[in-house]
Order: sequence, then structure tokens, then C-alpha cells
Amino acid sequence: MTDPAPDISSSSRSVGREFDRLVKSLRQGGFRVGGLFFLLATLAVIFSLLMPATFPRVSTLQAMMFQLPELGLLSLAMTIPLISGGINLAIIATANAAALLMASILTALMPPDAAGMTLALWLAAAFVAGLLLCILVGLITGLLVAVLGVHPILVTLGTMTLLHGFGIYFTRGRTLSGFPDALLQLSNDTIWGMPISFVLFVVVALLVHVLLTRTALGVRIHMIGSNLEATRYSGVDIRRVLVWVYVLSSLLCFLASVVMMARFNSAGADIAGSYLLITILAAILGGIDPYGGFGRIGGLFVALWILQVIASGFNLLDVSPHLALASWGFILLLVMAAKRLRSGSPSTARRPNKMEN
Amino acid sequence: MPEALRIIFGRTETALGAAIVLTAIVFSLASPYFLTLPNLVDLVEAYSVTTILAAGVFVVLVSGGIDISFTATASAAQYLAAYLIVRQGVPAVPALATSALLGIAMGSINALLTYHLRVVSIIVTIATASIYYALLIYFTDAEEIYNLPDWWSNGISFFRYETVDGDIVKITLPIVVMATMVALTQYLMSRTRIGRQVYAVGGNPEAASRVGIDILRVQVFAYGYLGLLAAVAGFVQAGRVHQAVPTAMKGEELDVLAVAILGGASLVGGIGSVGGVLLGVLFLAVLQNGLNLLGVSSYFFGVVIGLAILVSISMTGYADKHARSRRAKRAG
Repeated sequence: MTDPAPDISSSSRSVGREFDRLVKSLRQGGFRVGGLFFLLATLAVIFSLLMPATFPRVSTLQAMMFQLPELGLLSLAMTIPLISGGINLAIIATANAAALLMASILTALMPPDAAGMTLALWLAAAFVAGLLLCILVGLITGLLVAVLGVHPILVTLGTMTLLHGFGIYFTRGRTLSGFPDALLQLSNDTIWGMPISFVLFVVVALLVHVLLTRTALGVRIHMIGSNLEATRYSGVDIRRVLVWVYVLSSLLCFLASVVMMARFNSAGADIAGSYLLITILAAILGGIDPYGGFGRIGGLFVALWILQVIASGFNLLDVSPHLALASWGFILLLVMAAKRLRSGSPSTARRPNKMEN
Repeated sequence: MPEALRIIFGRTETALGAAIVLTAIVFSLASPYFLTLPNLVDLVEAYSVTTILAAGVFVVLVSGGIDISFTATASAAQYLAAYLIVRQGVPAVPALATSALLGIAMGSINALLTYHLRVVSIIVTIATASIYYALLIYFTDAEEIYNLPDWWSNGISFFRYETVDGDIVKITLPIVVMATMVALTQYLMSRTRIGRQVYAVGGNPEAASRVGIDILRVQVFAYGYLGLLAAVAGFVQAGRVHQAVPTAMKGEELDVLAVAILGGASLVGGIGSVGGVLLGVLFLAVLQNGLNLLGVSSYFFGVVIGLAILVSISMTGYADKHARSRRAKRAG
């Protein structure tokens, strides 16, 4: 939007209504994701009927819990910018860059026989380095979006290419592996039958939920996504909020990178490249409004389970994983079509290029 | 508005042109091979696929949309053509025409979904890209097709010239196809009613619809045209690597988008020129080729592209902001 003026006049009529809807949806607590739950339950029942011997088993559930966390954390990293009306295409690149930095510290600098306190210190040093890198990436992205007003698709396309480029340059396309067992336990050990990484993901998801619905920053992130100009005119420092959005997103990438290192026992510039589209798919399926302003972490959580159930079910049925990917795409289109039918006449639909401010 | 456009628009292309001249001078001073005819012709051929794709993406960007499923379209059309010609013995013309139609159809599906679901096109095309790729790999088993006919893989040379040093300069099929597609895009976008309508819809869909432009028709044209160019780029790419591989172009969609955006096409729509897109490709081509000739590791190139994107968007962002605040001041 090069010209903010007509935008305000055209949307001012709906601003009040939009904010009412926003405040109401934030106050309503609970999940309000009945349709998605129904879909999840239906899929679980179908797969259980198809494979009574293998699907409805604790081991299947546990396998899903091992696979869910990294995609879940990355989806959270995508969701916050989406709610703010932006997008972060650099999440995978950020996570990989942080993983590479931490991996190079753990494999090249750390003495291989480090144990006990030394090991803990080296691990802490690696985590701090990765964390600082992610904060830096988030700050740069946020400042470019907030201060120069460049569209987040462009900014994060740039940071993605740059971070991926650095990763390729430093590794020559190879992967680094061989991490200390203490790190690998994160994705291999369980607490009360649940993988540690899954517990971490659930805790982080709850924290993000609380942040988005119960704090001033969270409400402002929703407001920005709902109507940037109106939020600016109501006295909110939108630059600050936007910088926070991308810093938070990058922090979640840091957590995802730790989980990914633990699960794959390797770090590289091209790991998990296909996750980028899947995180957007999970977010949209979970009811995050792609135009910004609306969406709940609960919906995202159920959506992630739906994708995971399809993937695991197809895997057990020995169906090609490619068909699982295709079915995810179809489900995304179907969910959007269902929402379109429910939202009624085209005149009430929000303008498709709302995302561009 | 027009003034702001002129500033952004002018700045992008002038800055890009200046950057190209500057890098070209530096490289030709540093490497005597840089400014030789064989090198430049090789460069053009190497970037023919990217250029064709960028021309198509440019049309969709001008219409105010975005598409990331076009490499899937290119791969599908390429594979279908190779399958029909190599495995089924279908003559070239009907095979290529069928595959081009497949490309147009796959592109048009994006337009229809975007229009009827009223969802931002990036999300629709993320869904269709995953469906297209998944089905393509499922049906082809990711199996390559070799033995492309001679005219396709070795190409036809339209012009052959031997330099004094004995280097052979050939104007090959990819170069000719690329030039044709660029010229066609330029003609369609600047000289035809539908092309101007694409600019109108991208600039302001509401206004365009009020003056009676059929938005759906314009969107189907834009995405269908990208589908067609993607199919053509797929044919050229298969010829260059002598085989059709279903996953050969996966992951290139963001690079092509970056090139189009570097050349001044805007995600907001309504802005951009074919010339700008060509400059965007040229800039990256010159940069990559020059760095190669200087012996800089090709692994470093991603860093260079990333920096180029960030610098260029920061410049346009700054110019845009500047124009906006000046206008606001004048308005009081």
C-alpha cells in the first residue's frame, strides 16, 4: 500500500465491528474448534477401523508424539507473524542457521571427551550462541518490516535466501552430526510415556497461547493483523509490536532448531525444507486467518494432530507419503472452501490484498 | 500515487541498471574473459529458463497475485511432453501443444481457486503446489525420462560463429525461445487490452471491477499465461539437461520470485515492467558469472542473492517511505 489514505476511509466503517469481533473472540477462552476436532476424530476412527491391529495403539500415539514437536514449534513460529498480518518465510532457514552454529560449536570447538560440568557449559554456550543468532535475525527482520514498511514476504524471502546461503557456504552442502547424548535425549527419552520434546512443545504452545490472548502485546499483535492503520491511530507503537512479532517467531525457531538437532542428530542448510509450506498449511487449517487478526493456538494444535494422523495412518496403510502430502493440500482447499461457504456473500469477504499493508 | 510510482519505479530500474554496469565494469577489468561474446552468450543461455519463468511470474505479480506452484506446473508439462514423445511416439507438435495446455490448465486452476475461495493466492498456490508435486511424483515414481529426441536435447543452432580464438558462439533454441517469450510478454502487457487490464486489476481491483473489468477473466489470463510460460520453461529446461526429471525444478520458485521482485515488480500489484524483470535476471546473471570467473566459490552465491534482495527492497522501501512522508506533508 503506497497510499494509506483511501485504505482508512474504506475500512473505517468496519473497524468497530472488526474490533468487537476480535475482543469477543479473545475473551471467549476455550477452544471453539469443534469442526476440527470432529475431523480429527473422524480420521482417527476411519484409520482405526481400517487397521484395528496397528493404528489404535499406544505405540502409534507415541510415534506421533515423537514426530510432532519440530513441526509444531515451527508452525508456532509461522503463526505469530500470520496473526499479525505478515508471514515469516525464513523460519526453516533461521532454525537451520541456528542449528548449524550450535552444531559447529558442539562438534568443532568442544573437546570430544567433555563430560559433566564442562559438557553442560559447552551446551549452554552453544545454546546462547544459537539464541543470540535467532534474536539478531528476528530484530533485523522486524526492523526492516516495521521501520521501512517493506512487505514481510519480501523481507523474509531475503533473510531466508541469505541465511540459507550462509549455511551452504559454510557447510559446502554437507551436514554436521555427532552431538552429545545429553542433547539427543531431548528427542529420545520420555517423561510419563511422553517424549521430552513433546512436553516442551506443549508447554511452549500453552505459553504462546497465554501470550497471545492474555497480554497487552498479544492483543496488539491481533489488532495489527486486524487493521494496521486503525491500530496506529489508536496510539499503539506498531513498530515495537512488529519487531516483537519477528523476534518471537525467531525465538520459536531457536527451540525448533534444538529439537531438530536432537531428533535428526544432524544439522545442515537443507534440512526440513519441505516444512515451510506445511507450517502454513497447518496454520491455515487450524483456523489462523491468512489476512491476519484472528486465530487460536488451540486450532493450530488440533490441525497439527490432523496432519500427523493422516501421515501416520497413510504410513501404516503403506500408502505413498506423496499421497499424504497431496491429501494435506486437498484438505487445506476443502477447509478454505467450507469457510467460504459459511462466510456467505462475497461482499462481506475482506479484500484479498489486505495482507499487503 | 503516480508520483510515488514514478519514484519507486524509476529508482529500481535506474539503480539496477547502474549496479549492472558497475559490476560488469569491475568484472571485465578483473577477468579478461568476462566481456567476450562466448561468455555472454553462454550466460544468456544459462539463464533462459529463469528468464522465461520470471516473465510469467511478472504477469501474475502485476495482477496483484503471487504463485509458487509454477515449478510444479513446469515439471508436469515437461514430463508429459517427454512421456508422449519418447514413450508414446507422439509427434512433437501435438505433444508439446498438449503439454502446454496442461500448463495453462494448471495455472488457471490457481486463478479459479483464488477467485472463488477469496483467499490470498500465496496460500492457494501453496496448497496446489503440494498437490501438483505430490501427484506428479506419485504417478511418475520420480523416474527420469532420458533419450530425448535430438532436436530437443542437442538443440538447433540458428546461428554459428567462430571467434578468432576458436571459440564457437551458437544462438541455440533456448535463447530463441526465451527471446520470443519475452517479446510476447512485453507485447501482451503493453499493447493489448487484456494486458492493460492486468495492470488495472493489480493497481486497484475495486476500481477495475467498477469500470467493468471482469476480474476473474483477468486472473485466469494471468495465472494461465504463467502456466503456459512455465510449460515452455519446462521444455527448455529438459532440453538443457537432456532429460525430464519430475523434481528437477523443485525449490526454484522462490529464486524466480526474488528475481522478478529485484527487477521492480511489486507484491502489491499494478507495478512493474518486462524490462525491469530482464534487468533483475541480468543483474544476478552478471553477478554470478563474474564471481565464478573471479574464482569465488559458487557456494557463496546464495549469500550474494540474499544480500541483493535485502539491499534492493530496503532501497525501494526507503524511497517509498520518503515519497509517502513528502506527500503527507504537502497534504497538510
